[in-house]
Amino acid sequence: MEDLGKHIVDTSGAATGMAVRLGELMLETKPDQVLALLKFLRDDPKCLFNQLIDICGVDWPEREKRFDVVYNLLSLKNNQRVRVKVQTDESTPVPSAAPLYSAAGWFEREAYDLYGIWFSDHPDLRRILTDYGFEGHPMRKDFPLTGFVELRWDDTQKRVVYEPVKLQQEFRKFDFLSPWEGGIPHELPGDEKATKS
Amino acid sequence: MSDVEIKTLTMNFGPQHPAAHGVLRLVVEMDGEIVERCDPHIGLLHRGTEKLIEYKSYLQAVPYFDRLDYVSPMNQEHAYALAVEKLLGIVAPERGQYIRVLFSEITRILNHLLNVTTFAMDCGALTPPLWGFEQRELLMEYYEGVSGSRMHAAYFRPGGVHQDLPAGMLDSMDAWIKQFYPFLKDIESLLNTNRIFRMRTVDIGCVTAEQAIDWGFSGPMIRGSGLAWDLRKSQPYDVYDRMDFDIPIGNTGDCYARYLVRIEEMYQSVRIMEQCVKALRTVGGPVRVDDRKITPPRRGEMKDSMEALIHHFKLYTEGYKVPAGETYTAVEAPKGEFGVYLVSDGTNKPYRCKIRAPGFPHLQALDMMTKGHQLADMSANIGSLDIVFGEIDR
Repeated sequence: MEDLGKHIVDTSGAATGMAVRLGELMLETKPDQVLALLKFLRDDPKCLFNQLIDICGVDWPEREKRFDVVYNLLSLKNNQRVRVKVQTDESTPVPSAAPLYSAAGWFEREAYDLYGIWFSDHPDLRRILTDYGFEGHPMRKDFPLTGFVELRWDDTQKRVVYEPVKLQQEFRKFDFLSPWEGGIPHELPGDEKATKS
Repeated sequence: MSDVEIKTLTMNFGPQHPAAHGVLRLVVEMDGEIVERCDPHIGLLHRGTEKLIEYKSYLQAVPYFDRLDYVSPMNQEHAYALAVEKLLGIVAPERGQYIRVLFSEITRILNHLLNVTTFAMDCGALTPPLWGFEQRELLMEYYEGVSGSRMHAAYFRPGGVHQDLPAGMLDSMDAWIKQFYPFLKDIESLLNTNRIFRMRTVDIGCVTAEQAIDWGFSGPMIRGSGLAWDLRKSQPYDVYDRMDFDIPIGNTGDCYARYLVRIEEMYQSVRIMEQCVKALRTVGGPVRVDDRKITPPRRGEMKDSMEALIHHFKLYTEGYKVPAGETYTAVEAPKGEFGVYLVSDGTNKPYRCKIRAPGFPHLQALDMMTKGHQLADMSANIGSLDIVFGEIDR
């Protein structure tokens, strides 16, 4: 897998970095290089990643380029997966992968809808999952879980009306990040003496 | 005679249509009876599952996976459990793995029974759903037996399964398996050579192998187009590598081929069930990892152990922390490749949990599949796609 990653970085010239973590190959690239890299990954005889499995966004608001666009590709021929990551911000568009993979259309619409990531040259960049006339991008970390509007059937107007969210109780978010070391292998203070001796 | 201008008719289909298998709204442009373009409008069942998961601990996220594709709940829990296990660096014990494979296959039969029979109903046959749903009820009793719930089981947890099988369940499964073969033969006899069913499905919605790859198909959809691709064989997880089963493929890529693939997959699933039941009679041991920092203690332990009580409390309030990292883990769900892209930042809640639902790219290709067909073929196409809106809209 290391070899394949090195081969991609060296030969394509479009990837800026690679890593193998937990047995999964990851590549990084820049927005203007992404189409070249995807095309290389699809057509190179050693790669043949001919199926686009997924495109999704990840939001890191503290970063200057806050969004990751993550492409998951699969090679049916070589039984191999690869993940391509591109960093972008609210205004910089990423070229659409729709000319290379027909499956990209809806995945990019979803990333645009939920995160507000722009895809240039997309054939039909509309909202897909949220309501007609929805405002905002709900999967962003700064979008509240409870949202801004709620709707109900108004019996006098005989139609559905939208209203600002009214909550009987504020949404509670508990901070459970105690020093309890559940899950992660750990060493209790004082234990190091036992292992050292 | 003056020229007549022919306009395409734009028609609205759904969202409350029995052939839409849920809340699908289609805007169809038609030239007479011929579909020129169809634009699916989805999202009517969008519940923000991915956003909700970001606000819940890893254990609390499990039940959301039942509610995605609500006819194959356990397969989706399986993908999530495997993803979390990968990040935690743990492996479920052998018996737990066998139970998970057993119930994954039960779920596959549940799903295919629903799909094949309602697909037949879309094409005008009413008997198959009546017969098929009886078998579904019997299978859901096994769900109820292990988890207390007929559908939303929350049974596969990171680290194994929640509890061991109740006594007598394996015997009852043996009996069920014996009667299921003749039942499947009956269903086949209703549909395989049924003239109406074949006229409605043969050569309808043909997808070539290239198109199937290009549009991101998986599961029975890609196998119906002649590609022998199954994650249970190519990237086996849990104990699938010890199971003996075949991958059926179709030659023609039409709705009828996909129907045949699903029928044959049920036979193969029963074969896997038989092997699991046999193995579970001999394989003993725990059904989930014995690590009190990940799996809670038994109720009995808590009665006399302070330590167990503390662990129970901490696991159900704070949960466990998962080391920072990311993984894309996929399983062969009945509908296709169901994947979870999980990003952890080292806290007790997932930072990002993207759910890759197989129905999403399948429905996207509906426009390509129905172009040039008649309107009535649309419902056959939708039926053979095997879509459930819980997973597409998330």
